[in-house]
Amino acid sequence: MFRKKGSKSLPAVSTASLPDIVFMLLFFFMVSTKMKEITLKVEVKKPNASAAAKLEDESLVKTVYIGKPTAELRAQFGTEPRIQLNDVLANDVSDLDAAVQDWRNEINEAERLKMTINLKIDKETKMGIVTDVKDRLREVNALKISYSSMKAKE
Amino acid sequence: MARQKKKREVQEINASSMADIAFLLLVFFLVTTTFDSDYGIQRRLPEKPPSDQPPPPPINRRNIFLILVNSKDEMYVNGEVGDINLLKEEVKNFILNPTNDETLSAKKEVVSEKWGKTILVSKGVVSLQTDRNTSYNRYIEVQNVLAAAFNDLKNDLALSEFKTSYDELKEMATKGNVKAKENVEKVDEAIPLSISEATPRKSGS
Repeated sequence: MFRKKGSKSLPAVSTASLPDIVFMLLFFFMVSTKMKEITLKVEVKKPNASAAAKLEDESLVKTVYIGKPTAELRAQFGTEPRIQLNDVLANDVSDLDAAVQDWRNEINEAERLKMTINLKIDKETKMGIVTDVKDRLREVNALKISYSSMKAKE
Repeated sequence: MARQKKKREVQEINASSMADIAFLLLVFFLVTTTFDSDYGIQRRLPEKPPSDQPPPPPINRRNIFLILVNSKDEMYVNGEVGDINLLKEEVKNFILNPTNDETLSAKKEVVSEKWGKTILVSKGVVSLQTDRNTSYNRYIEVQNVLAAAFNDLKNDLALSEFKTSYDELKEMATKGNVKAKENVEKVDEAIPLSISEATPRKSGS
């Protein structure tokens, strides 16, 4: 029949442009991806805060983690909250001195004063250890801090 | 000729698997991508005073707004049990003191270069005292309210003076707007973020 003939000659939808589209998406994600730099050794559940502001300029932000050691490390380190600096658990708050010094050296001289210490602290932590860290930061003159928190709606 | 015929028959490299490869990479990046930009309450710690500096003069009692959070996470405002929901308005009222109440913060006259005139700045200090056993969650909850209160004050001032909210001014300033940056500094001078944190007391004392 006439109709059947027409439908038979209908060509398949061209998928030639599919790779282009996929590549476009691929490049977008490649550019926007930021790999996780360190493995967390402590559990951190951030508190909620509606007035939290976005941290600018990530190269100037250095992070201190405080929380209970993760489940795998609990046998070794116990359940008391610990401080994690870079990739290691600190034994004592005084380890902050060396870490802050290292961080300063990573930043070029003109911008050193703008360095922000991002405190990622588990919300179950007691204030004692937090205050020790803050006092130590004052001691080494790293004064810009940020209490990392989830941006919650009011 | 026979040879030319053969050359003509050489096909293009099949590129149909290109899409599959790209998809594979795409999925990998999709999974590993994290869009978590960090948010936080940003503060500046007070500088360490030089050891030979005499202790600062005592602050007049009316200029202190005392918040105490004890080891059981209970909050006391100026010695009485406080409510976190009312705290924001109380702090705003304390700093602003619109009726010049004798029990709320006093104001001092400051000759400001930025403003080009004399402005009134509150002498009020919000003092936040915690215990070593106070939970961090509660601490941030209170800090958040304080941040919101000061933000509100700054927003109100910016709106009445520059017809733009403080948040917008700040955003414009980060984009390099010089005028906005000046205005941000003006607001910061008129309403300093005066929060003082005492070292937590030992539990039980």
